[in-house]
Amino acid sequence: MSDLINHLTSIHKDVLKEIGNIGAGNAATAFAQFLNTRIHMTVPSVTIVPIEDVPELTGGVESRVISVLLRVTGESPGSILLVFSENSTLNLLEMITDYEIDINNLEEVEISAVMEIGNILSGSYLNAINQMTGLNLFQSVPAFAHDMAGAILSSSMLSIAENDYALLIETKFINGDEEIEGFFFYIPDPGSLEKILNSLGIETT
Amino acid sequence: MSETVRVKMAEYHVGKSPDVLITIGLGSCVGIALYDDISKVGGLIHIMLPKSNDTENLKPAKYADTGIPLMIEKMVEAGAVRENITAKIAGGAHMFSSSGDMVIQIGKRNIEAVCQILEDLNIPITGEDLGKDYGRTMEFYTEDGRVKIRSYKKGEKFI
Repeated sequence: MSDLINHLTSIHKDVLKEIGNIGAGNAATAFAQFLNTRIHMTVPSVTIVPIEDVPELTGGVESRVISVLLRVTGESPGSILLVFSENSTLNLLEMITDYEIDINNLEEVEISAVMEIGNILSGSYLNAINQMTGLNLFQSVPAFAHDMAGAILSSSMLSIAENDYALLIETKFINGDEEIEGFFFYIPDPGSLEKILNSLGIETT
Repeated sequence: MSETVRVKMAEYHVGKSPDVLITIGLGSCVGIALYDDISKVGGLIHIMLPKSNDTENLKPAKYADTGIPLMIEKMVEAGAVRENITAKIAGGAHMFSSSGDMVIQIGKRNIEAVCQILEDLNIPITGEDLGKDYGRTMEFYTEDGRVKIRSYKKGEKFI
């Protein structure tokens, strides 16, 4: 559990990275289809940071960002958090609507659109993980927040807050013109790491 | 010389007038500014959870029950008089709309724990900005004990 984070081997990390790769690849494809544009992703990284550094993960702690949080349930529970800058959100919404967006005063329908993007991305991400691992992971209804990055990041990591370190599988989605840039974090709960690794026949003891 | 110190999540800092202590981006976490207005010693702590279950507890400032007493001890070492200490608290928000109950509850549980601990320690709360659904930044001026709360939803105010 929290111990495993401290004893992860490079093989463990590579396997987790590969899970991120397959999940994110699938999610990027779904994202691109939804927006009808090209979406690239960065090579996923397995990031282990002291819990107190979590608020800084996306850059400015006080920057105002838009985010979608989903709980992952099933055999290895966790969370998925998607974070977009305000600018990226504007560009995203302008691709799927044909009217002016006021970022300081998002309408219900615009918030729903952002949550739907969260749904699509995490759904395709988890699908890929399920196929690869044989686990059966589901996602909860998405939750939305538009506020300080630090407040959002810290509040979405509560299931792992007891630990001294946070393990995140992180990818960035970017479209060609860098109009859209989003952070995608998959955060397994304590205890879930073993189950994910064991499901692929990787020893963790 | 006035010093501006940033207190990160799960950390605390004790300073003396005219230091300014800042903690950025309180969501469900709670910031507690303790102040002795005679010696002008102040401390700011950014807690994440109500109670520590960890026997080793390498990060006492992460929890309300271990962090607050520790900071009081350090304030007294820095010249504060225990009986003069008062508190201003902020945070404990519920950041995400329509999210699971765990996320909903933690801000509230943090607030309850902090208030209970302060009551048990006989420390009066002289200002607060708690709960709701938005993130906050606290700026604590040890010169006079004012605490500025900054948020996107409500702008700036002093408590």
